[in-house]
Amino acid sequence: MFDTLTKGFRNAKNRLAGLAELDDKNIETALREVRLSLLEADVDLGVVKSFLASVKQTALGQTVQVVAKHGDTKVKVTAGDQFVKICHDELVTRMAHEGDPIQWEDKGPTGIMMVGLQGSGKTTSCGKLARLYQKDGKKVLLVAADMQRPAAVEQLKILGGQIDVPVFNMPATPVEICQRGWEEAKKLGYDLVIFDTAGRLAVDDVLMQELEAIKGSVQPKNIFFVVDAMIGQDAVRTARTFHDRLAFGGVVMTKLDGDARGGAALSVKTITGAPVLFVGVGETTDKFEEFRADGMATRVLGMGDVVGLMKDFEGVIDQKKAEEDALRMLQGEFTSTTSSARSRPSSRWGRSTTSSTRCPASAA
Amino acid sequence: MTIVWILLAVAAVAVVFFLMNKKPDDAAALPPADDKPKLPESGGGSKAKEKDKGAAEFFDRPPPKEVPKTRPQAATVKATPVALGGPSKDESSDAEAPKPVESKPPKAEKPRFVEEDFGKPMVFDPATVRKGLAKTRGGFIARLADLFRGRKEIDPSVLRDIEEILLSSDVGVKTTQVLLARLHERLERNELGDEEKVWAALREEALAILGTPGRLKLKEKPTVVLLVGVNGAGKTTTIGKLASKLQAQGKKVVLGAGDTFRAAAVQQLEVWAEREGAEIVKGKEGSDPAAVLFDAVEKAKASGADVVLCDTAGRLQTKTNLMEELAKVRRTIGKALDGAPHETLLVLDATNGQNALQQARLFMEKIELTGVVLTKLDGTAKGGVVLAIAEELKLPVRYIGIGERAEDLREFDPAEFVEALFASRDALDAGAAESAA
Repeated sequence: MFDTLTKGFRNAKNRLAGLAELDDKNIETALREVRLSLLEADVDLGVVKSFLASVKQTALGQTVQVVAKHGDTKVKVTAGDQFVKICHDELVTRMAHEGDPIQWEDKGPTGIMMVGLQGSGKTTSCGKLARLYQKDGKKVLLVAADMQRPAAVEQLKILGGQIDVPVFNMPATPVEICQRGWEEAKKLGYDLVIFDTAGRLAVDDVLMQELEAIKGSVQPKNIFFVVDAMIGQDAVRTARTFHDRLAFGGVVMTKLDGDARGGAALSVKTITGAPVLFVGVGETTDKFEEFRADGMATRVLGMGDVVGLMKDFEGVIDQKKAEEDALRMLQGEFTSTTSSARSRPSSRWGRSTTSSTRCPASAA
Repeated sequence: MTIVWILLAVAAVAVVFFLMNKKPDDAAALPPADDKPKLPESGGGSKAKEKDKGAAEFFDRPPPKEVPKTRPQAATVKATPVALGGPSKDESSDAEAPKPVESKPPKAEKPRFVEEDFGKPMVFDPATVRKGLAKTRGGFIARLADLFRGRKEIDPSVLRDIEEILLSSDVGVKTTQVLLARLHERLERNELGDEEKVWAALREEALAILGTPGRLKLKEKPTVVLLVGVNGAGKTTTIGKLASKLQAQGKKVVLGAGDTFRAAAVQQLEVWAEREGAEIVKGKEGSDPAAVLFDAVEKAKASGADVVLCDTAGRLQTKTNLMEELAKVRRTIGKALDGAPHETLLVLDATNGQNALQQARLFMEKIELTGVVLTKLDGTAKGGVVLAIAEELKLPVRYIGIGERAEDLREFDPAEFVEALFASRDALDAGAAESAA
């Protein structure tokens, strides 16, 4: 009885202050909507469940701001909206990757072995990766070891011709090709060697053994798993099989120029720990970018209306805070602790470095 | 004295608002087929609630989202008696209005109430109120009837298994809901508790969605078949296999190398042509695909070929200019031969998830599709999204690709497909037994 009463008073007090405490009830709808949205985005069912369970765990009991007022602008959100934002931030944290996407050898050429399912876009990604690092001033060699698909070698040769990167190939087994290519690269002083391997199904044991043999013989510092953004629930099974056999360290997600939401980025990271490092966003070799977790989180989560509302909301808070800080400074009260003491109830939207560019209010 | 009156008025308004918010969210909050009693004190209370929870995980439609902006108006619609008063599900009530479930004096809310929630005058529209009442009465009687009939529900654990199987096979949330709704329509209430009957009915419903398989029609001579799809779906490989299949049946095949964009796509098709001894018509890399395919059809007409298989460059369905190009290709083929292309097949990668539905929609919008080829079914992917495609667009699956060899392109067998879809049920059961032990 007393508990209910205190809780009631606390809620009332929160409400007056424009705050709300997240509980089972006020995040229920948002939780369900996020769940549906993630499933629609092809995030693995198991990953959706575990992700939401853990986010919910941390979110419950948090007190969040639901009313932001600044001058004439007043933005109100619900506890559910705040929960969606917490999900978004958690997605960013989970998918983010810091540092150089490629691990470089201290001495001699660095190898990148590209593996993945048929049709995921390995050969094209090889060409794109080669172009990216050639622009960076590296001496790059492409090795065409996909002897499976008719004309795969020709495809890589044409791509290599377009970007002016040599392509190594000879009539031999894929393992021999890679080995010879690797030796050539060492001899000729290349910086980066990219191995294009045959696309295969994860269940194909013979071809998986071939990949293991290639890995054993050239021991590339990087193995990248190429995955199509359109992949569905099979992503986890496939990624797990490839990871068990080859322990890839990074992921290249292709075909993100379409309208696929790319939920596999979260699934694969969750299951294997390997982050997405690059994304393919078009058919020509220049359509290749380093992965940005905040953009991807928005894409996977969807729910654009809530996300937009939350951005407006934070924009108002940011503005108000900036003005207050400025006022303090004018009054000579600004100390290093002032801004941190006035910490907001929840973290910023995405990475702080770019958040200002994403707030329409502050951009205007 | 005036102050007292104002206070009283404010209190009265607060009470009215309080009552309005107590109205339970009507049928709208329930899934379509789900009209079980939601009376708080219905028999077997806790168990019934547990079931609700199991089912609610994915399939409850969320309560209508009425966020603060529309609040005062929305409140009028809700002006219905408190007769069935369960706790309100309305989220907006949480932040803006006193929560009826919490024993909290409404007075504590007053200042904010006056300032924010009653800024606009409330409108009491008698018609709306009557409508609201009628809705509640219908709901009430229906609920009562259900209560007397003693409606049974699918066991929550079975529901979870169904959900697990369908969703992890890429069937998609919407189609899963459709299947479950049909299950409820189809089964008598006493059958819903019978696990085996539920599974059997589910298979039949899935089969009904897939329909009867339509074979490739080869009536015309030459029959022109156009293959389209996104990058990497397996168009060129499918054409090669299809050529091999048709040649084996004694048909004369012409291949049209319409993928003039992807590096070495023409070479890839040439390898197949050579292997199968089929004729190939090609243009230069980067040349107009419509022209190449026009030539292919002309050539087939001249040489008396039976079938023309037209390859096209892979394109994501969102690339408007490339989709326009495809529409042009289709028109041009029609100019070469009346009624051509006779078949336009969308090649789909079975590992694709929900985006496959989007592919089918947009390709369908631009060019008339007549069927689907589902490739890469030899992996672990189930390709369940074709259920969604068949349900929404009534597109039949013509072929499936289950391997690298030419003979691995098979005619689609719905029964086999559904069997494979539910094959993991045994594995699920085993897993459940394991975790229980």
